[in-house]
Amino acid sequence: MQASRFITLDDIAPLARGCAVLGTGGGGDVRSGALAAGRAIGEHGEVPLVTLSDLQPDALVVPLSGIGAPTVSHEMIHAAEEPGRIAEEIERIFGRPPTAIMSSEIGGGNGVAPVTWAASLGLPLLDADGMGRAFPEVQMVSMYVAGLPAGLLIMTDVVGNVTTIRPVDGLWAEQIARAVCVAAGSSALMADYVLTAEQARGAVIEGTVSRAMAIGRATEDAADPLGALVAELAATRLIGGKITDVDRRTTGGFVRGTVTVEGVGADRGRTLSLEIQNENLVALEDGLVRAMVPDLITVVDTQAATAVQTEGLRYGQRVTVLAWPCDPLWRTPAGLATAGPRAFGYDLDYIPVEDLS
Amino acid sequence: MTSRIGIDVGGTNTDAVVLDDGDRIVARAKRPTSPDVTEGLRQALTAVLDELGERAGEVRRVMLGTTHATNAILERRALGRVAAIRLGAPATTSIPPLTGWPADLRNAVAAGTALVRGGNFVDGRAIAPLDTDAIRRFLHGTPADAVAVTGVFSPAGDEQEKRVAEIVKEELGDTVTVSLSHEIGSLGLVERENATVLNAALYGVARDVTAALRQVLAERGLDVEPFFAQNDGTLMAVDYAARYPVLTIGSGPANSLRGAAFLSGVSDAIVADVGGTSTDLGVLVGGFPRESAAAVEIGGVTTNFRMPDILAIALGGGTVVGDGVGPRSVGYRITAEALAFGGRTPTMTDAAVAAGRGRVGTHPVAASEALARAVRIADEMVSDAVDRVALGKADRPLIAVGGGAFLLPARVPGASEVVRPGHADVANAVGAAIALASGRFDTIAPAGAGRSAAIERAKEEAAARAVAAGADPVKVEIVELAEVPLSYLPEPAVRVHVKAAGPLQQ
Repeated sequence: MQASRFITLDDIAPLARGCAVLGTGGGGDVRSGALAAGRAIGEHGEVPLVTLSDLQPDALVVPLSGIGAPTVSHEMIHAAEEPGRIAEEIERIFGRPPTAIMSSEIGGGNGVAPVTWAASLGLPLLDADGMGRAFPEVQMVSMYVAGLPAGLLIMTDVVGNVTTIRPVDGLWAEQIARAVCVAAGSSALMADYVLTAEQARGAVIEGTVSRAMAIGRATEDAADPLGALVAELAATRLIGGKITDVDRRTTGGFVRGTVTVEGVGADRGRTLSLEIQNENLVALEDGLVRAMVPDLITVVDTQAATAVQTEGLRYGQRVTVLAWPCDPLWRTPAGLATAGPRAFGYDLDYIPVEDLS
Repeated sequence: MTSRIGIDVGGTNTDAVVLDDGDRIVARAKRPTSPDVTEGLRQALTAVLDELGERAGEVRRVMLGTTHATNAILERRALGRVAAIRLGAPATTSIPPLTGWPADLRNAVAAGTALVRGGNFVDGRAIAPLDTDAIRRFLHGTPADAVAVTGVFSPAGDEQEKRVAEIVKEELGDTVTVSLSHEIGSLGLVERENATVLNAALYGVARDVTAALRQVLAERGLDVEPFFAQNDGTLMAVDYAARYPVLTIGSGPANSLRGAAFLSGVSDAIVADVGGTSTDLGVLVGGFPRESAAAVEIGGVTTNFRMPDILAIALGGGTVVGDGVGPRSVGYRITAEALAFGGRTPTMTDAAVAAGRGRVGTHPVAASEALARAVRIADEMVSDAVDRVALGKADRPLIAVGGGAFLLPARVPGASEVVRPGHADVANAVGAAIALASGRFDTIAPAGAGRSAAIERAKEEAAARAVAAGADPVKVEIVELAEVPLSYLPEPAVRVHVKAAGPLQQ
């Protein structure tokens, strides 16, 4: 196996910034992840970043993510031993050790944390993930959309319990994983869809770790950070303006809300309304949809071009709302059935963002 | 008659005022802040005592808002060595204590760190039984000036942290002081732990300031009670401040907001404190500063104790007018460099003088298009900042305080009116003198059954802390109660924040 490159200490800050942008408002905070990743690289060394073509066809790739309540994982931080226990269990089941770690969700904190997990296992990180963004539910991953059997879920927690689940399908995987997570104190580490490099082709979204780092680097020291970010993402600028209303409602454990952005400068006179759950899901102007999930919609600070999470949205902030196309996999019928507007309760037919502008 | 002295140590000046029984200002002084802080403090205090003359004997209390703690951290000076204990293993090992600290600060502060078995889950179950043997071994192997204890989810259950405090006492007696994280900050383990370790490192600084203040007072033959201002605009008695010195960080903006409320008689308002290089805008809600929920970085370390929500813009009396406005400022050199003082650098003071907003300086300033444009740009900056902090409410007055308050226009869009109270240039010292004593408490409560009882307990705890800080037990009131729902939890829960405050006990 030949690594294309290495993730160094200097890559952590841009990676974290890029993951926050790809989080589309959700995916959890990137700060703890960046702190742990910096420490892990200091202790275990730089992490090789590999592509699928660097791996043997039968190499085992382990998609990992932290699941649970963000408030909990910010207080009850992960144990350093968690990834090791998952790797042991995989070796026990498959008869061979894992070859590479992959992020299940590049958006938000779960995009940064895999650097820590890979470093502590001495394994390379695959330059890919299962979403290309952030999503709230376990089955909303490319492996599910690609039709890989949801044969195996391995979970571990801060005290050392290891739970192996063999669910009948992705929806059951979500329900049982949630229950285990609650028993474990609402924070757990999970390997979902352990797969070979061969199976991964077409079933994972490739290049997303380098993409997150490139997004973070684009705004670093840029004279015009926003312009640099728009160019890097090839994004549509939905509006540049000021938040004039944040209306949040808590229903069934999920926070839903509507955010109103009134245009300033060149956008004066226009108003954009943004439907949010854990992520930014639908952008409307004058009753017409301008962008919708699974395309990516991110709110950034107009000055610094840093991503603003949904819980950080506040009246008066000067923000720019950007939207850009999701991975083609999400635009297939299976992709839209899993994470299209109707999967989030919006009675909308999906239209790609580039056809709406 | 009795009187009291309020002192505020600012970046440029140390201000002191004396208030009598009727809250009238009977003496005031402004002295440059000295590099060691203490000398400037002595000068300002001496100046008002001299002005009082024989009436100095009527002084009963001194209230001090100071930057000693902030400076000690920024300069890595006079900090105590701390043994940092975290209760949380086997959890939390991916980020050990003091991860991410700048190396020089870590070297100055850390006597050693231990991550021992203990801590709680979010639902109150123990992650592991407290490893008391490991704690005893660590304490004996780690000579330190103070101990900082941080348990996972301690803001929702403090028994383990309290047990560790007892163990420290059993092992080391009263020779070292203990900081417990549930008394310092709210949820967010790393940030709360950082604040707790900094607090423990500042015990010596708190002792030194108290001693210096007592010495100046003793030299004048005064037997008065000192109090320290904290970052929510309230006071702490000396023995309370000795336990929570980190809470003095950020007291300056809080004092200025409280002083503005007092001087203007308005308790719900936006306050603009215009200094030499910047203007700080904050919001008064019921006479107290609105607090920020964002993490606060001190000396390169992220912490999470609550601070006034302040928006600073680069606009002050010394701000240089060129093609635009600022951000460069001539700062304290304004009396030599500004046009109004016969200098050659056009500043915002000159622009305001040319616009007829104030009579400042020793030389006339000729009106010019550049100065007129600077006033328009500055007014735009102010109204933009007012709109940002106002969060959509345009019906509140703007209170203008600080030495550069005359820069502000007579009307500001987003504010109902502009109020300019007397003594506005020493509002911060006044704020220290009139402050109440307070206590705060953060916890997690179930959202369903048990919610009311949990909130009542939180109120009692906050009130008890206010009394410990010096408040009159009979007059303590709950001044703030906030509930924030937590997402993704199996049992609906809310984060509860309570603050109690009351006048100082007579």
